[in-house]
Amino acid sequence: MNRHFDDELGELKERLLYMASLVESMINYSIKSLVDRKEELVQETYKHESEVNKIQVEIDDRCIKLIALHQPAAADLRLITSAMKINAELERMGDQAVNIAESSVKLLKQPPLKPLIDTPRMAEIVKKMVKDSLDCFVKKDLELAKSVLRTDDEVDDLKDQIFRELLTYMSSDPANISRALELILISRHLERIGDHATNIAEDVIFLVAGTDVRHHLNELEEKK
Amino acid sequence: MPAVEIRKLELFYSTFHALKNVNMSIEPNRITSMIGPSGCGKSTLLRCLNRMNDNIEGVKISGEIIIENINILRNTEGVDIDALRRKVGMVFQRPNPFPLTVFENVAFGLRIHKMAKGSVLAGIVEESLKGVLLWEDLKDKLDLSALSLSLEQKQRLCIARLLSVRPDIILLDEPCSALDPIATTRIEELMIELKKKYTIVIVTHNMQQAARVSDDTGFMLLGDLVEFGKTSQIFTSPKMKQTEDYVTGRFG
Repeated sequence: MNRHFDDELGELKERLLYMASLVESMINYSIKSLVDRKEELVQETYKHESEVNKIQVEIDDRCIKLIALHQPAAADLRLITSAMKINAELERMGDQAVNIAESSVKLLKQPPLKPLIDTPRMAEIVKKMVKDSLDCFVKKDLELAKSVLRTDDEVDDLKDQIFRELLTYMSSDPANISRALELILISRHLERIGDHATNIAEDVIFLVAGTDVRHHLNELEEKK
Repeated sequence: MPAVEIRKLELFYSTFHALKNVNMSIEPNRITSMIGPSGCGKSTLLRCLNRMNDNIEGVKISGEIIIENINILRNTEGVDIDALRRKVGMVFQRPNPFPLTVFENVAFGLRIHKMAKGSVLAGIVEESLKGVLLWEDLKDKLDLSALSLSLEQKQRLCIARLLSVRPDIILLDEPCSALDPIATTRIEELMIELKKKYTIVIVTHNMQQAARVSDDTGFMLLGDLVEFGKTSQIFTSPKMKQTEDYVTGRFG
């Protein structure tokens, strides 16, 4: 039996996915502005920020009302509580994209320190994690969620690699320090976006399997 | 314009002050629920809206209830009670179909008020049964005794009986109290469909039901309307402490 409550849950999911699409755009433009050296793309990042913040407030309000008015249970309750958490993660991703854009603005005022290879590669991996984390939410795909969790290690490794390389640039010439630091910060922001995508994947596992795997994915594997 | 405007409504059952200066507006095409502990006056208030309290000995009512620009509490010369009760129909806690066939239950009001006959009457019966989602189940069983239906079907039939005489407002006094949870959910979904065409006022002991189905909620206590507002606001951030205590189960 379809209930009007199901329609409201559907609307909640749609708003969450719309917010995710805005955040993905923000990440895309912030990195593209750096890689293509186009400052105007930074404005595209900033443009979405206030809308993302508004939608965050709206989604939390929807979730509170759904809980208060419908007393959801089981999977419905997990969906709503997961939506609240995913909402917060997406908003933080948006903030990280803004941070990347701000670093990009600083870097674009100076000549490039080096050809960008690892940073764009890291960005592509993180963007895929973000996309996959939302796809697994839509499709309730446990395997996709677990693959997002596993990818986090690759992102952490790249961040360390970028740091080691930039350390040598900083050691070789103090004039490189400010640009190298901004690039290190960008890699940290990307790594944080990856962490948020990981958190979303964990929320999806809870939503689908009812199992809380935060901090212990291995236990889920063993239980299977 | 509100469907019903209630101003300074007072009601006494003999010396018992059952409704105290009630003021509220019921908006059209919305579900308004009245909640509160037993004896708070919510059913008394509901019965005022189609002057069912007139039938109770010793009742005294003052104030105004404005429906379509008429104060229905004016003396009876000024108000057509039959017309009022057609326009403002009521469904009760215990489904009460007449001991007639399904068809005759729905046709009853039309026949009594000489509103239709023949094929027109049959068409209205069909439309009314469709309005409560009973037509598909009962279209080949219209001659079945209404008393043989399930409780949920009986309650739907009672609503269909109202719809046939073209009401504007439907009053429901604990309409799901006698029903099981699945039947309750179905009747609640029906109410949400019906509000597209009608204004609905429901009295319920079940706070969660009020939260699920209604757009606006009034909380009553000892004859006072303590708080009235959007249901979402009443159940997330009520303004009055008494309302907060009631909806959180801390009352009493």
